[in-house]
Amino acid sequence: MKKQRALSFKTTTTTAYFFLAPALSAIFIFFFIPVIAAFIISFTDFDIYTLGNFSTLRLIGFDNYVKLFSDDLFWTALGNTFYFVVVAGPLSIAVSLTAALLLNSKLVKFKSLFRLAYFLPVVTTLVAVAIVWRFIYHPNFGILNFFLGLIGINPIDWLGDPDWAMPSIILLAVWKNFGYNMIIFIAGLQNIPEELYEAADIVGANAFQKFKHITLPMLAPTTIFVSIITMIGYFQLFAEPYVMTQGGPLNKTLSIVQYMYQEGFRWWNMGYSASIAFVLFIIIFIGTLIQFKVQKLSK
Amino acid sequence: MQRCLIKYITNLLVTFVTITSCSKDSDEIKTIKFWAMGSEAEQVSKILPEFEKKYPSIKVKVQQIPWTAAQEKLITAFASDNTPDICQLGNTWIPQFASLNAIISLDKFIAKSEIVKPVNFFSGIWETNIIDNKVYGIPWYVDTRLMFYRKDVFERAGFKDPPKNWDELYTLCVRIKETQKTKDRFPIFIPTNEWNSFIIFGLQAGAELLKDENTRGNFSSKEFKEAFDYLIRFHKENLTPFGMMQVTNVYQAMAEEYISIYFSGPWNIPEFKKWMTGELADKWATAPMPGYLNEYPGVSLAGGSSLVIFKDSRYKDEVWKLIEFLSEPEIQLKVYKVTNNLPSVIQVWQDTSLSNDIYMKAFYQQLQNVVSAPKIPEWEQIVFSKLQQYAEFAARGVMTTEEALKKLNEDADRILEKRRWLVESKRGMVK
Repeated sequence: MKKQRALSFKTTTTTAYFFLAPALSAIFIFFFIPVIAAFIISFTDFDIYTLGNFSTLRLIGFDNYVKLFSDDLFWTALGNTFYFVVVAGPLSIAVSLTAALLLNSKLVKFKSLFRLAYFLPVVTTLVAVAIVWRFIYHPNFGILNFFLGLIGINPIDWLGDPDWAMPSIILLAVWKNFGYNMIIFIAGLQNIPEELYEAADIVGANAFQKFKHITLPMLAPTTIFVSIITMIGYFQLFAEPYVMTQGGPLNKTLSIVQYMYQEGFRWWNMGYSASIAFVLFIIIFIGTLIQFKVQKLSK
Repeated sequence: MQRCLIKYITNLLVTFVTITSCSKDSDEIKTIKFWAMGSEAEQVSKILPEFEKKYPSIKVKVQQIPWTAAQEKLITAFASDNTPDICQLGNTWIPQFASLNAIISLDKFIAKSEIVKPVNFFSGIWETNIIDNKVYGIPWYVDTRLMFYRKDVFERAGFKDPPKNWDELYTLCVRIKETQKTKDRFPIFIPTNEWNSFIIFGLQAGAELLKDENTRGNFSSKEFKEAFDYLIRFHKENLTPFGMMQVTNVYQAMAEEYISIYFSGPWNIPEFKKWMTGELADKWATAPMPGYLNEYPGVSLAGGSSLVIFKDSRYKDEVWKLIEFLSEPEIQLKVYKVTNNLPSVIQVWQDTSLSNDIYMKAFYQQLQNVVSAPKIPEWEQIVFSKLQQYAEFAARGVMTTEEALKKLNEDADRILEKRRWLVESKRGMVK
């Protein structure tokens, strides 16, 4: 009897592995092997000469990493990326939450229409969006400066001014992405039992108290999920500055992924580029750990 | 067991591939894969039936690849052994592909050829294709940068002729600024995100851009600094907008007189014709680059596209026939008429469609005095990622020109580290 159970257990695990095999092998081939290869490459000076003649490859240990930490441009890119994550992350979550609360309210009509409208930027191609936003931001003919002109503010060269370029990118990114988180928040809101609010009504709580003591705590798991996803996504900022500013002016919108892309696929310094990728990986990993810790503490 | 299985599958695949490729070989018709960029691809395929008629056993398959992604596509194709037989390469890319060993030297073909002879081509352009005394590409069409300007603005400022040297250019710009009397207009456009002007003026001043067999930057030299200072001065004195962010459309900016001088290449001509219509139609012109002192035209950069043969091509002789076909004067003229790309064969310029064109005269003059940028694979990284960056820093006053050039030199040295090591180890082997 005992023997048979052990056997059946063994067969179930094998069966499980059997069913998992296609997915696992795909992950192994297309994820683990490239990651390991990139990790090894980051300790070499793999570059365009190496592509042509493999014997020019040199093992250089931690040189790429050492060089990285003395590279001004790397620090600029890192600083810009943190700026983006720290400002755009919370902002985008706040906007998503507000939009979700509004759309979940019983007072709003045409809910599905608004939901669609807010979600539309998420599914629109960034390149198309960027063309439109370039017009919006245009210093002479842009609609943004037109409205600012109406209230007496001088035109701003949004994408050309070193101080305004990043805020412009942030505005675009928040507008483009908030719809996605909004949908997740709406799902979270709909999972909060109605009885809680009814009970609060009986006690006589006002709207703000209900939000603070019911909505927010009940949304905590959703919020932590959304903020981790958003943070990971925003650390990988690439497409927005790539199509809008190419990293300029004065490298004020150069992001870490863009720098990695340039080094790797424009100048073919694969070794150096791989080391940037691993530094980014470690940063995102630490960021995620911190968020988990914060969540545990708040519980 | 597993290993056996993998081996079995690979064997199967290999046999399959050999069978299919064998069957291809036995076919009479040889298909050449030709990668061309942008609109050239479309236009050239209209001319190729003539070639296929001439050589019934050869078929040419043209594939269009966009300019912006061309280099990445080509290098990825090389890394995965999927290169075409023949491709059009920008002159500045030839060093990269030569150092990759992806393309072959064409000397033995040229030696036997009746059609492709070095003397038939502009010497400055031909030179860009030579690396370590070997010819890797045949110029297909040429381009170079010169001055596009507004004639009426020049006349209002009291200048009948385009400037012949640096001093005249500067005085002219100051004069234009005075006559315009408005802050929203600039006499000239020297964008910091176009490295070409900085290199052209550097070469005019006689600067040697790199030193020690192109293994170290030489941007702090007296000559280069003079050119850099000269150009940055236009920015400091508000004679030019900073870069592309301020001028999204140069043609429109030129039509609106937002800018009046712009150094650029022949690809702009159709665009200017499109934007400058009605009253403006005869208000713009082209002129050769001003020179440093007395040299006129001043030197400019040799550009354009060359045709190269990839090492893995199985039909090199057939590909060469295609290159010869595309170098024939009549075909060059046809390509010019459909693409507007300037012919690389000098003889073609005698045709009335070119010699009577008022915009082309300046190009013909300029093409007599062009030189190539340093022919090393790292060049594009140095100018695109570093020179443009430090030019912007200097133009916006974040750095002095001394600081900017010192940093540029340091960065260039860092980029060239591998090249230094390669050159030194080669020297070591020779000893």
